[in-house]
Amino acid sequence: MSENHFQPKIVAFFCTWCTYTAADLTGISRLAYAPNVRVIRLMCSGRLDPQFVLAAFRHGADGVLIGGCHPGDCHYQEGNYKTRRRIELLRAVLRDLGVEDQRLRLEWISASQGEKVQRVCNEMTEELRKLGPLRLERPQHQATEPAGEAR
Amino acid sequence: MTKPKIAFYWCASCGGCEEAVVDLGEDLLTIVELVEVAFWPVALDFKREDVEALDDGELAAAFINGAVRTSEQEEMARLLRRKSAAVVAFGSCAMLGGVPGLANLYESRDILDLVYHEAPSVQNDAGTLPAQECRVAEGELTLPAFGASVRTLGQVIDVDYYLPGCPPPTGLIASAVTALVEGKLPGKGAVLAPDVALCSECPRAATKPDKLLVRAFRRPHQVLIDPELCLLAQGLICLGPATRAGCAAACPGGNMPCTGCMGPTSSVVDYGAKALSAIASLLDADGEDEIAARVAEIADPVGTFYRYSLPDSLLHRRVRPKARELEEEVAP
Repeated sequence: MSENHFQPKIVAFFCTWCTYTAADLTGISRLAYAPNVRVIRLMCSGRLDPQFVLAAFRHGADGVLIGGCHPGDCHYQEGNYKTRRRIELLRAVLRDLGVEDQRLRLEWISASQGEKVQRVCNEMTEELRKLGPLRLERPQHQATEPAGEAR
Repeated sequence: MTKPKIAFYWCASCGGCEEAVVDLGEDLLTIVELVEVAFWPVALDFKREDVEALDDGELAAAFINGAVRTSEQEEMARLLRRKSAAVVAFGSCAMLGGVPGLANLYESRDILDLVYHEAPSVQNDAGTLPAQECRVAEGELTLPAFGASVRTLGQVIDVDYYLPGCPPPTGLIASAVTALVEGKLPGKGAVLAPDVALCSECPRAATKPDKLLVRAFRRPHQVLIDPELCLLAQGLICLGPATRAGCAAACPGGNMPCTGCMGPTSSVVDYGAKALSAIASLLDADGEDEIAARVAEIADPVGTFYRYSLPDSLLHRRVRPKARELEEEVAP
């Protein structure tokens, strides 16, 4: 399969109050966007445990998109600030593990920004298409290989 | 009555776990009264043939420390699995991958290149690399294969129990052996340590502020550490809140922050992710630049949060595109 036909899988975690509502608006406005994004609704972006991001990657996601309310607009006052801190630190860890920055994207999208959902989903799909799939080793299925022939 | 037989073995480890067994001191004599040590390469002169000669399941338990990287380690783990009624992953390396597991940040070929070609103290003009087979005047010599990544024991064989720690605290070792002898072991898969966070047994717990906020991260050599105050309140990255108890908070008690060797509690899948989440939540910073500046203060984020658990992590190891594929990507 050539890189051009690669269809990246993106798992998106959207907060119910802003970004998920915005994604509804995208649909109501008939704004089409890349079908590569699978949306999971959270009550707040602050609910996002960094383990969710890694689990998505482990189970085949090529990218993870997180959408929350703009800073200052969080329904729960400061959930989005907590996410911002966690994601920044998670990104530092992922970078050292060789996972490109573009594979983890945090966006603030308010309920009225339907067109931003469309733009972000399309942009991210294109970027990941260029990057190619994220390949992770499956430790249970690895035979001990001769040195120098690591996949 | 015949005494139950047990075995100790080491894979990719430093020997500290073996030391921990010896640290049992006089308790070791009590244990030897109760069990027969059938195999312990570090301390006793038994060979692999002695293990092979045993019946399947004849060993009551095998305590295996160290992570698994080479074909020899994998073979020994499989052999001991077959001969043992119960296998105990002994210590952080066997349970989570341990410090040797940080090698999963690199490709195996890059590790060999560094060690045999690039290290400043290496003189290897012929460019020799270890070969699995090599013919010399005396005949054929063989070496174990060097695997693509470091794995936990549980990723290679079925493991019955886990004894965490780097090395496991002697108290936990003694109670594990006692439970084994008395047939009072818990259900399969259990971690033989308390299932609460380290803060619960930390002598500094009382000084932990109700609302912990960290304005700047400090490393132990940069500050004069207050011997009584909660280490997080001093800006040190102490992983106690994300780490399993059972060590009596030996490091915080010794004026050093917890680095997480006991691994996660049972409610956590990926230790590093949970640990970084706990630390990030304490940051007293809201703006993007401010947060980035605090994160930049953390030297070696993977080594900080996954010091003992990278092979056990959800990512395990990124498979990097081979050089050829990269070229194709650049020039389509």
